[in-house]
Amino acid sequence: MSGTQPGTPAFPEAARDAVRDGTLRGNLRHATRTIRGKRARAVAELDDWAELRAAGKAIKDRTLRHLDHYLVRLERSVTAAGGTVHWAADAAEANRIVTGLVKATGEREVVKVKSMATQEIGLNEALEAEGVRAYETDLAELIVQLGRDRPSHTLVPAIHRNRGEIRDVFAREMAAWGRPAPDGLTDRPADLAEAARLHLREKFLRAGVGISGANFMVAETGTLVVVESEGNGRMCLTLPETLISVVGIEKVVPTWRDLEVFLQLLPRSSTAERMNPYTTMWTGTADGDGPRAFHLVLLDNGRTDTLADEVGRQALRCIRCSACLNVCPVYERAGGHAYGSVYPGPIGAILSPQLRGTGSAVDASLPYASSLCGACTDVCPVAIDFPEVLIHLRERVVQGGEATRNGVRVRLRPAKGHAAERAAMRAARWALDHPAALRAGQRLVSRTRRLHPARLPGPGRAWTDARELPEVPPEPFRDWWRRTRGDAR
Amino acid sequence: MSDGRDRVLARVRRALADVPRGERPGDVPVDRSYRRAHGERTAEETVALLAANLAEYRAVVHRTAQDGLPGLLRTLLARRGAASVLVPAGLPAHWTAAVDARRVDDLAASTARELEAVDSVVTGCAVAVAETGTLVLDGGPAQGRRRISLLPDHHVCVVRVPDQVVASVPEALERLDPRRPLTWISGPSATSDIELERVEGVHGPRTLEVVLLEVSGTPDAATHGGG
Repeated sequence: MSGTQPGTPAFPEAARDAVRDGTLRGNLRHATRTIRGKRARAVAELDDWAELRAAGKAIKDRTLRHLDHYLVRLERSVTAAGGTVHWAADAAEANRIVTGLVKATGEREVVKVKSMATQEIGLNEALEAEGVRAYETDLAELIVQLGRDRPSHTLVPAIHRNRGEIRDVFAREMAAWGRPAPDGLTDRPADLAEAARLHLREKFLRAGVGISGANFMVAETGTLVVVESEGNGRMCLTLPETLISVVGIEKVVPTWRDLEVFLQLLPRSSTAERMNPYTTMWTGTADGDGPRAFHLVLLDNGRTDTLADEVGRQALRCIRCSACLNVCPVYERAGGHAYGSVYPGPIGAILSPQLRGTGSAVDASLPYASSLCGACTDVCPVAIDFPEVLIHLRERVVQGGEATRNGVRVRLRPAKGHAAERAAMRAARWALDHPAALRAGQRLVSRTRRLHPARLPGPGRAWTDARELPEVPPEPFRDWWRRTRGDAR
Repeated sequence: MSDGRDRVLARVRRALADVPRGERPGDVPVDRSYRRAHGERTAEETVALLAANLAEYRAVVHRTAQDGLPGLLRTLLARRGAASVLVPAGLPAHWTAAVDARRVDDLAASTARELEAVDSVVTGCAVAVAETGTLVLDGGPAQGRRRISLLPDHHVCVVRVPDQVVASVPEALERLDPRRPLTWISGPSATSDIELERVEGVHGPRTLEVVLLEVSGTPDAATHGGG
């Protein structure tokens, strides 16, 4: 199992630093607002968006409720088309399979098209440990890799970096990885893209192994689909002799026809385009066109645990469009790194604690990384009910309960940090059951209001760390009511 | 390996304990009341929409009748200063009959490095989608392997109108054969990764030119792509 990085701070801590970073906030605000506006226009072009969205949700629900059926069917179709299917229950198993396949080719380097699944399992590090170098080829991923950084957005992973920072990273780091950046590189985006083109082309032309994820896998036909913009995906998917795709089991869709729904929903929701510049579809291997060997690694890594949760299951409908990030007021201010996972934003807040469990501080904090405003649900092309899952996961963090971890039903204990909250709730229940005590207490609080601190001391501190303490009125409401209206009757 | 398979499938089945035993996938309803296409258009209007959407995505669109094609292709390649042009097997010979550039065939033995050195490529297509401004290549005659429309920096794609043009994504999928390797192209290679500023061409061709070839009467069998 891959977990969070050791020492990864919980969301409130990580977010506090991010919120203080003016440049980061500026970059994020610009990005999310721009994409948000464009997306609304792209969606408005289709007057049947609501029906497409309902169909997308229904197709995914059908798939998830019969996932075993579709996975077996997919395996049969891919095998019949000349591919080989592997199954990985967790990250370690997936890394072992992929590393073994790469080493069997005798190659010492691989080119990769952006893949969240391989990031989730830490594949690059696993390959590195076996002496294989993995080159990220998506421009943003290249920026992240060269900068020894982490992605902060699903769709535009280097959105937290401005052009000057990117220029510096290229000028400083490219030489150590291959072709150096040209002398006198400017910070014009076109020049930076050209430097990336030259740097990566050498790798594409000599690469023996390509590694990818996939946006969709069609059970009926065994077809895999990768959508992208730059062509680095096409390079990785068609030039190497061997192609290895690592794909989460939830990415399967039943039929060829189902693609008509998702190929309309995904581009407009993510890049706000009618269609992304490139989509590649392949079915096993083709004679004389593309890789001669194709391996599909089907990845569980917490997905079946998520599937076992009847409320949380809907997170597996996600098609990774990132529309939820761009509308989220919390993401817009905190940025992707604060979520401490490959999946940032609202989807990260509900998916990561399910894939990894709520055992760590960061995973226990993620269901709280939301204002529950529901904007994410409104834009989600597969209608995931984010607030419902968030509240469900908060309940689990606070109260514990039944959950599935690594395929086994376990009873979770309440998280430690929430003892004070539970005590406060118990106290509130008692006070509300005893009106006289409540009235006396309220009067006392009102009379001492000038003495109140801005933040609570002791166990209440955690609560006021993330919230403003409400101002206490000079007079309790019930006294005011009696004085102004109650007596009039 | 089969160990992982059994483990994952067993976990999936355990996870779905709430799904009634007798339920079949078809019992889970999928309402397909969404449209097959958006809007009513004549064939000519559909072609015009394709041209407009291609142009909006910064493809350069040209229109010609059959007998104008050789001259147009010569002009496009000359304007570009192309010394060599990659031609897939099955590209009608008369298309490039007037071209000055050296013709390079896409042979199975050609290395990616050799193809990368070619200036331009001319291909046909299998189907074009008007609503999205998309060309789909399926490796059929006049289209070649996926790599040839990727490596040269200049791609000229010839679309037979109106018969290769469909209105929408659903109509395109209906026409395509999933067993063939498919490439969907909407405008030239592009990135918006740096401050969301769009830059054409990172890895694929930086220039995409589309020739809408008006065909009257029966389709030219030699250029009929698709499955």
